[in-house]
Amino acid sequence: MNDMTPFATTLKDWETDQEVRWCPGCGDYAILKAVQRTLPQIGANPATTVFISGIGCSSRFPYYMESYGFHTIHGRAPAVATGVKLANPDLDIWLVTGDGDGLSIGGNHLMHVLRRNVNMQIMLFNNEIYGLTKGQYSPTSREGTKSPSTPLGSYDHPARPAAFALGAGARFVGRGFDVSKNLPEVLKAAHAHQGAAFIEIFQNCVVYNKDVFDDFAQPKGAEDRQLWLEHGQPMLFAGGTQGIALDREALRLKVVPVTDGDWQSADVIVHDVTNRSIAHMLVEMPFGPFPMALGVLYDDPRPTFEAAVAEERVKSSAGKDTNLAKLLGKGQSWTVGDNAADPVSTRPPGQGEPGAADPR
Amino acid sequence: MATQAAERPLNSAASENPEAVVVRFAGDSGDGMQLTGGQFTLSTALAGNDLATFPDFPAEIRAPQGTLFGVSAFQINFGSTAIETAGDAPDVLVAMNPAALKTNLQALKPGGLIIADTGEFTKRNLEKAKYAANPLDDGSLAKWQVLAFDISAQTVEAVKPFGLGNKDALRCKNMWTLGLALWMFDRPRGPIHDWLNAKFKGKPELAGANIAALDAGHAYGETAELSGPLKQLHVEPVESAPGLYRTITGAEAISLGLVAGAQLAELPMFFGGYPITPASAILHHLARLKEFGVTTFQAEDEIAAICAAIGASYAGQLGVTSSSGPGIALKGEAMGLAIMTELPLVIVNSQRGGPSTGLPTKTEQSDLYQAVYGRNGDAPMPVVSARSPGDAFECAIEACRIAVQYMTPVMLLTDGYIANAAEPWKVPDPARFEPFPVTFLDAPNDGDNLLPYARDFKGARPWIKPGTPGLMHRIGGIEKAVDTGHIDYSPSNHQAMTDARVGKIAGVSVPDQDVCLGETSGTLAVVGWGSTFGPIHQAVRRARNRGIDVSHIHVRHIWPLPANLGELLHGFDHVLVPEMNTGQFKTVLRDQFLVDARPLTKTSGQPFQIAELEEAIGKFFDGIPGNEGGEVDANLQQLPTPESGHDDGTLPRDLRLHHDRDN
Repeated sequence: MNDMTPFATTLKDWETDQEVRWCPGCGDYAILKAVQRTLPQIGANPATTVFISGIGCSSRFPYYMESYGFHTIHGRAPAVATGVKLANPDLDIWLVTGDGDGLSIGGNHLMHVLRRNVNMQIMLFNNEIYGLTKGQYSPTSREGTKSPSTPLGSYDHPARPAAFALGAGARFVGRGFDVSKNLPEVLKAAHAHQGAAFIEIFQNCVVYNKDVFDDFAQPKGAEDRQLWLEHGQPMLFAGGTQGIALDREALRLKVVPVTDGDWQSADVIVHDVTNRSIAHMLVEMPFGPFPMALGVLYDDPRPTFEAAVAEERVKSSAGKDTNLAKLLGKGQSWTVGDNAADPVSTRPPGQGEPGAADPR
Repeated sequence: MATQAAERPLNSAASENPEAVVVRFAGDSGDGMQLTGGQFTLSTALAGNDLATFPDFPAEIRAPQGTLFGVSAFQINFGSTAIETAGDAPDVLVAMNPAALKTNLQALKPGGLIIADTGEFTKRNLEKAKYAANPLDDGSLAKWQVLAFDISAQTVEAVKPFGLGNKDALRCKNMWTLGLALWMFDRPRGPIHDWLNAKFKGKPELAGANIAALDAGHAYGETAELSGPLKQLHVEPVESAPGLYRTITGAEAISLGLVAGAQLAELPMFFGGYPITPASAILHHLARLKEFGVTTFQAEDEIAAICAAIGASYAGQLGVTSSSGPGIALKGEAMGLAIMTELPLVIVNSQRGGPSTGLPTKTEQSDLYQAVYGRNGDAPMPVVSARSPGDAFECAIEACRIAVQYMTPVMLLTDGYIANAAEPWKVPDPARFEPFPVTFLDAPNDGDNLLPYARDFKGARPWIKPGTPGLMHRIGGIEKAVDTGHIDYSPSNHQAMTDARVGKIAGVSVPDQDVCLGETSGTLAVVGWGSTFGPIHQAVRRARNRGIDVSHIHVRHIWPLPANLGELLHGFDHVLVPEMNTGQFKTVLRDQFLVDARPLTKTSGQPFQIAELEEAIGKFFDGIPGNEGGEVDANLQQLPTPESGHDDGTLPRDLRLHHDRDN
């Protein structure tokens, strides 16, 4: 995101006149509302906000946001967004992608936008299935997923989006899920981060992969299996009765019981969003034996790509002549004819012929 | 006509001051032949000769030293008359090793001069070049003049005072050779001294050694002239229009043309590229021009390169991307996006031999179908093609103009030959080009409403920069509703929008087609496009000098075609279309104008030679029906040679050691 003067809007201001066409009950509706709720809170200006998406159910998102929007082609949104950001760094860019768009066909671009650290918010809606093409398994589908293209169950190992992002060099990794009331907080933190901020959002595809996240993401009753991370706070879950500690012998995380809130004696880790080692452990933490790590897993900004590009331009332009006529005649040249007008040294600022009117 | 003069043997009396000379420098890819050729080109241009060059280097960057496929050659044709091709056959061959001699010898004119470095004609190098006996000794070179001496030893001796190791000393060999060539053609050494001092700034011993080698080669020429075949030649300067000149390659000209085009549009330029031969040179040039409002972005792949350029165009800059055939193929889907979203974009295709990886370092014109037709859906796109390095400058400006005026991607076709070849270029006055400043929409265009797909009289939609208050809207690759740009799959809307896109491109204003040589009607029109300009022009000129009724038409605007072209072609009894492909433009002409265009094709990765085209023209006038057109065979004497850049795998393992020298 960028430093911007807060702009007063309401949720309604971010709704378009277009009919929202996701399946009834789709998790995308909740994410759309969460985003429309977040933008007024951060003072975003619709005129400088751009939603850019690839292809898939999630990528319909820009049509429903009353801002600038670009629905691009499958997997390539990070590349388009990089060009937009370099051309106008003042724009506030939200990238919308999915598990197929971002990790399958567009995995390469996602890796590079993260490694370059182009300043934008990247929301990856992970529903572990291809929805728009009617239910094929995706790169995040669990082993054994039965789908039209894997009637006997899939056998490839799923990609883990947050681990992918961190491995690619992301400086911000957050997690949330569609119906979570905490999702806006995660989005706000991502927006506050200067650089590529990656947010994995678990999203329920009610038609092709219904309720696969219910173990931790059902609206009520799964709270005990959610580990909401907060900077400077102990990693506690299940109402503070359990925590995450470091097994110093095995160098891995473990779940420890916490009695009477005494997390200190249980050696529960205090979350430090700038600790990359812990972030690696959190994104690799298997759900089941462990709770699902949610919130801001990692947040440690460093200079952005577009800032480096701008800085290089200033440096490499310093003291350089920007006269096109001179550039054209640069290098070893020769003149034919004594009376020939010198097209270079006699240029007025508008670079016209000697004595010619300034064309600008 | 330039080369006619050069067809006379060097030692004839008339050639004391020939009108044009063709010299080929050939050596190992580590011998620095491209550098030698480049500097010789510069000094030739400074001497006021017109010239054309043909650099040919191996696909393998560091092919095993001394092998046939590791030979790198550079041919220059220069003279006191207008030169438009790199010349058919060389008068002088500089062979730095046996492999260079073997691969280039057959091209040399009878009576031509061979300069060979005996220091490299070792048993091992002869074996690598598959010579059973030393050709310098066995009389097999009898029909040429041979000047063979130990250039290696001469160089080592010359640079001794600078205390370089043997390896570094031998690296100066190319400068020694250049010195000799400068003497032969009466060229000043001063500019090369300056260049070497600049190149080795901070390494005075290397600058000194290279200059010493250059001077030694020059001095050798003076001494050797006393006896033997070496003669100094003076080629008179060409009569050129007054003005400032420089040499320029196509890649440089395109880069400068894009910068000029962006300035004329009053836009910053965003260039997204990905390394690929022979297109990378454009990325390299532009990367050094940031002070002209140029942003260069080396993307993770070809697709990202074009997508980033589209993103930049969406945000209000002039997006440009560049590649060669295989990369252009990857960009196809994104071109469709730019067509659908109606955003300006310039796509430069430096064509090379295909399909697939094909011949990365050789030239071809076989991407014309790809440019005109190569996308899914009805996806029309303007196509402009450059005929020469200098022409590429104007074509780049033209591509920028069409892109921003019509809100469309534009394909600019060049090829490996134009990209790498150099020619003298009369530096144009930027003020000569009419500016085409862009206006962005800054307020609703339909009362209080915004219609992002409302069209102007040209059929172009408004360009709306994100960041503009009150004009928020969404665009994308899904079919757009007329005017509003909302998603709309309805049958009548798709028909209307398809027609609008086709009509917009068909209506692009392109200048009427001219005839660049000859009458505007008659017996035969030779119709070319792209880099075949030089040989076609020379061949037509020669034929006309013999009284043959033939005209040369060279088409810049491949799509849409000039409005008068059909009528023009119908004014000729016959139409011959020479192309370095299997007849792609011929097909387009037939389709668009129902004209009986006959193809003349060459797909050997070599440009046409003048003689080949003269012969083809002659077949329309020889009274034998049915022999017109057809295919031109690969020319074994022409660059690239059969061996260049091609490892046939027959070299024994012990001879396949890679050398460690840079070109």
